[in-house]
Amino acid sequence: MMKELSQRLLGPVTFALLALTIWLGLWVTPPDKVQGNLVRLLYVHPAVAWVALYVSFGTATIASCLYLWKRTRSWDMDRIAHCAMEVSVVFIILTLITGSIWGRPTWGVWWAWDARLTSTAILGVLALGYLALRRANDDPTLRAKRSAVFAIVSAINVPIIHFSVQWWKTLHQGATVFTSNRQLLVHGSMAWTLLISFVGFTLLFFWLLRARYRLEVERDAAYRAAFDEAVSLRQREGVL
Amino acid sequence: MIRIAWLVAKKDLRIEARSRVLLWQVVPFGAMALLLTGLALGPAHAGNSSAGPGLFYLVMLFVALLMINRSQVLESTPGTRASIATLGLDPAGVFLGKTLALCVELWVTGLVLLAGTVLVLHTALHGAFLALPSVLVTLGALAAAGTLYGAMTAGGEGAATLLPVLCLPAFAPLLIAGERAFSAALTHGGLWEWWVIVVVALVAYVGVGILLYGVLEES
Repeated sequence: MMKELSQRLLGPVTFALLALTIWLGLWVTPPDKVQGNLVRLLYVHPAVAWVALYVSFGTATIASCLYLWKRTRSWDMDRIAHCAMEVSVVFIILTLITGSIWGRPTWGVWWAWDARLTSTAILGVLALGYLALRRANDDPTLRAKRSAVFAIVSAINVPIIHFSVQWWKTLHQGATVFTSNRQLLVHGSMAWTLLISFVGFTLLFFWLLRARYRLEVERDAAYRAAFDEAVSLRQREGVL
Repeated sequence: MIRIAWLVAKKDLRIEARSRVLLWQVVPFGAMALLLTGLALGPAHAGNSSAGPGLFYLVMLFVALLMINRSQVLESTPGTRASIATLGLDPAGVFLGKTLALCVELWVTGLVLLAGTVLVLHTALHGAFLALPSVLVTLGALAAAGTLYGAMTAGGEGAATLLPVLCLPAFAPLLIAGERAFSAALTHGGLWEWWVIVVVALVAYVGVGILLYGVLEES
């Protein structure tokens, strides 16, 4: 009952929170002292990056680990990893686009050879590589195992992206919301908008993941039905 | 595990020694690619260019892709994988053996291309000597990563084109760290932080390979 209710509410709550983010970000919050109205893009970019790097790539990696571990191995885990990686590609591209739009007026260029930008782009190519790897193998078991190993190995890049602004002195700013001592740096309506944005985009990920997962289940069922029909047809013809 | 690794490495190196693919195809390709980088820079910039270390690693990357593909092709002859599975060889040993063989091949090519960099791009000989240990470790990490990625793509549809798509982004941190270590050796700069990245990558890829190569083989 609760599960069904939460599933039904996921979509409306997600879009309500995203609408609230847009309203707060564009009309309620004040312009920044230094960045002016450009700060409004930051109610989207960090939240999208959070989903791209940690939530979706993390989900794909955990599901891949669970698939490889024999006790928890199931096709559901493989499907979740695949769907999460697809959503991750969308969010990584959005991260790069929103970052680029912010970078042009701030840094004067659409793209800079910055450690975080470059490592995020590399993660995007790795995620695309994961999808290419899945398409290259027809055998489902082979496909699932190879892509699971690839997802786990690719996840090494996530901590590199996270710490890149500390390891290398680059253009991209370091921690903005919290200091290293966990002190909040953003206050008032700006902080609330940022929080709502993070929750909204995280829920959007789960909503997209659920929709993509359902599609994958239906596709598998259609494939199995077509296969069974072909086998029974052959049996009727006396071939098998 | 070590005994199996040694056997697999000897088998791969013996095949290379007999087929002479490394000598007559891969090394000339690397030399030609190095010459082309010089042509791309132009005569005014090719000599004494600070781009030498980067170009060396770029060419090594292309050479490594060829050799990883070659290393996997050796296993793709009919019945080879089935034979390995039937013999019950420890997959970790097979991974280490293939990595070792690939590493030796990359070292041989790397030494030739390093000499080529000194000759064609006028990289300082003393600096190249100083950079040699970091080059060997970086190529070792490339071999470990390459063996792992090669096994992922082996036998799949379009394996030859899929391999670069998977490998190049994964090799990027190694390329950066290797190039920085080489440049630091030329300018007597700090080598330490780049060494750390390369060594951590080597240990990580060898560790992951030992743990997960069996999963790729059993599939």
